[in-house]
Amino acid sequence: MDASPYLPSPRFARWRRWKSGAITGILVACALAVIAPLFLVIYFLLVRGYSSLDWSFFTQLPKPTGEVGGGMANAIVGTLTLLAMATVVGVPFGVFGGIYLAEYGSDRANDWIRFAADVLNGVPSIVWGMVVYLILVVPFKTFSAYAGGVALGLMMVPLVMRTTEEVLVLVPQSYREAALALGIARWKVIMVIVVRTALKGIGTGVIVALARIAGETAPLLFTALGNNFWNHNLKEPISALPLQIFAYSISPYDDWHRQAWAGALVLMALILALNITVRVLSRDRQSTL
Amino acid sequence: MSTLPETARIPAGAAPVRVAAAPATASTADVPVEAEEVAFDIRNFSMWYGQRQALQEITIKISARKVTAIIGPSGCGKSTFLRSLNRMHDLTPGTRLEGTLRHFGNDLYGPGIDATAVRRRVGMVFQKSNPFPTMSIADNVLVGLRLNGMRDRSVLQERLEQSLRMAALWDEVKDLLNRPGTSLSGGQQQRLCIARSLAVQPDTLLMDEPCSALDPIATAKIEDLIQTLREKYTVVIVTHNMQQAARCSDRTAFFYMGRLIEFDNTRKIFTNPSNPQTEAYVSGRFG
Amino acid sequence: MSTPSSTSILPAPGSRFPNIAFKWAAGLAAAMIIVLIILVGWELYAGSRLSLSKFGAGFLWSSEWDPVAEKYGALPFIFGTLVSSLLALLIAVPLGVATALFLTELAPMRMRQPITMAIEMLAAVPSVIFGLWGIFVLIPWLRDHLFVWLKHTLGFLPLFQGPIYGVSMLAAGVIIAIMILPIVTSISREILRSVPNLQREAAYALGATRWEVLRIAVLSYARRGLFGAAILGLGRALGETMAVTMVIGNRPQISASLFAPGYTLASVIANEFTEATTDLYLSSLFELGLVLLAVTILVNIAAQIMLKGITGSVSSKVA
Repeated sequence: MDASPYLPSPRFARWRRWKSGAITGILVACALAVIAPLFLVIYFLLVRGYSSLDWSFFTQLPKPTGEVGGGMANAIVGTLTLLAMATVVGVPFGVFGGIYLAEYGSDRANDWIRFAADVLNGVPSIVWGMVVYLILVVPFKTFSAYAGGVALGLMMVPLVMRTTEEVLVLVPQSYREAALALGIARWKVIMVIVVRTALKGIGTGVIVALARIAGETAPLLFTALGNNFWNHNLKEPISALPLQIFAYSISPYDDWHRQAWAGALVLMALILALNITVRVLSRDRQSTL
Repeated sequence: MSTLPETARIPAGAAPVRVAAAPATASTADVPVEAEEVAFDIRNFSMWYGQRQALQEITIKISARKVTAIIGPSGCGKSTFLRSLNRMHDLTPGTRLEGTLRHFGNDLYGPGIDATAVRRRVGMVFQKSNPFPTMSIADNVLVGLRLNGMRDRSVLQERLEQSLRMAALWDEVKDLLNRPGTSLSGGQQQRLCIARSLAVQPDTLLMDEPCSALDPIATAKIEDLIQTLREKYTVVIVTHNMQQAARCSDRTAFFYMGRLIEFDNTRKIFTNPSNPQTEAYVSGRFG
Repeated sequence: MSTPSSTSILPAPGSRFPNIAFKWAAGLAAAMIIVLIILVGWELYAGSRLSLSKFGAGFLWSSEWDPVAEKYGALPFIFGTLVSSLLALLIAVPLGVATALFLTELAPMRMRQPITMAIEMLAAVPSVIFGLWGIFVLIPWLRDHLFVWLKHTLGFLPLFQGPIYGVSMLAAGVIIAIMILPIVTSISREILRSVPNLQREAAYALGATRWEVLRIAVLSYARRGLFGAAILGLGRALGETMAVTMVIGNRPQISASLFAPGYTLASVIANEFTEATTDLYLSSLFELGLVLLAVTILVNIAAQIMLKGITGSVSSKVA
């Protein structure tokens, strides 16, 4: 009996092994290529941004076109203001919607709402700007901080809704039953027992959503518009870091480029801080819930 | 209205209509309930989850201030039955029921009856202890009172101690009242849950296998507690542990395949059951 | 009826109104989502009515965009959006799937977490920062190195002919690719993770090498899902605005060369919306927005359908 015809030739086996090894190498290279941009972006942010950061960046208003110096104090405050307004708009709708999905909705209705939320998530952010322009800018005849806050807030709704639903579903049914068995009204059970138990998770979801919208520029272009001064009235245009970074980076002035890098570093730091908060919170959550 | 709903809350005309509906089926034995006050008077009570019938024509009178044990193999409907006594099924979509279920004369499923009000009078203790994780021991006990609108601090303080004493937990936790409820041991947590139920002053306590997750020592404590609760409360306890039913109940009901097979004094059920299926079950031959 | 212990101190339960009101409030909030979708579509339609009635379907085919002469056509922008997005997919899908393979199949356990985190962080970088980095770091490098090399080696193709400005369709493709890499990678990873281990073991048991296992057992099993991941990436790519606006050159032209500047639907809106002086100009921009919305929604729905059941709803979890 000669078994050799049934075995691969040694040459073919070697080729197979070589090919497998080569592809392993290619996969490693691809993974490196994917994370390389992150390090390149962060490297340049640190190098160019840090050297451009100074005290006046945080305290001063932008200088008129072409003049050297000044800062983005108004844009930093503007971004924080817009985030606060977005939270006020987006969180109630998102959380209550999540409560509906987790506590009340029928399977069919929930499927549709979830599907709609996923679709809404994919709507380009610039479209939000156009829609809010028609709803809030045209009727009031002015760009305003309100419009910017609403545009960002609407973008938060589907995000907050889904995360709220996800954490509420994790609250064991036994807590709901125990509370109901005490003769507590259903809505109080939901608010005081269920939502309270999941509060950290909901908060985490809100911060995730904030981190996602903090750097949004496109929805602000035709709503908040931007502004080189302090905003004293939310019915008027307001500046924001992303808007200022955009305006400065496409300008022809070196000093503004320098400040764009500094602004980008500050914005990135803000977003990273939000993300780190999320990590810390969700680590705690795993241990308690 | 300042007191819990009593008979007066039920529109007098609404109730008798359904009472007259059907005579008791023959499956229940002659429990000497005539001299006793009836806590639950249940007639021809059936229940469905969607298409599946979970309870079939249950007719039973559960006496006040007695411990009634419900036994039977898994899936026999004993938990379903217990949960229908304080309308916990309202949460489950697709449930449907027929027949009447009266608690001290009130039709619990009658028109205009609020499930919330029912549950204040008919409390429930669950299989797994479930103190609310975000609350201290004291808050756990008082949450029912607070969320039902009780603000008076002195009353809350008094009720806190009273409920914990009644649940035989006061001595163990009186110095730890601000610790999280989840920091207690399993048996203590279950007694905390009992205290939590007692705080809203129900007159009836439903227990759904309250000891199944506990060790023997903790179980013994809960069983002792059930004995003392009997003086003031009507207790209905579902258990898969027949020794437990024999030890701590006055009456025992045997359920099988969604039917009430036999209901009698506990001693009779365990020594001389009249139904062969009951006998087979209590002697351990099936289930 | 003596009910001894129910001499209650509690107030009677109130009416059922709060319960019902609460449920309705929650229901309305959830319904907001659906209202929002309709609102977005309706507003864009309302905004573009003037342009729709003036140009009709010809708007989509016309390649002339001349605000001075009040002539508006969407073709250069549709072309730019499609080409830049497809370029991005060509770059991002192979890289993303390869990285996902690396992460699920090859990487040592302790490396997986840091790499995954780095990819999540990449997703957190705002578009405008990629744009800034694109203008001052990526474009000079592309202009001075990669483009020169491409022109030198592949210059016989029309794709790589013509003057090199730096800002270009190809630069936009590269920057979009970087931006959609996180979502393509993380969804591919979810999909590969959902491949049952039994599949892999069966292939190993046949004496397959590691690559053969990946090809036979893993990739073929996950094909549909990976396609869904690519489509979802496309959905994101089509709507990318800021970074693209900053690197594409913003010239409404249709050119065979990838080195030539282009313009996308999103970037023309971003650039010209606040400058649109006439009603028709603004309305035309709204119609561009409507086209963009319709395309992205269709693409997203296609992706959701393809990913349905494979990964639950990963799309909402990753950026």
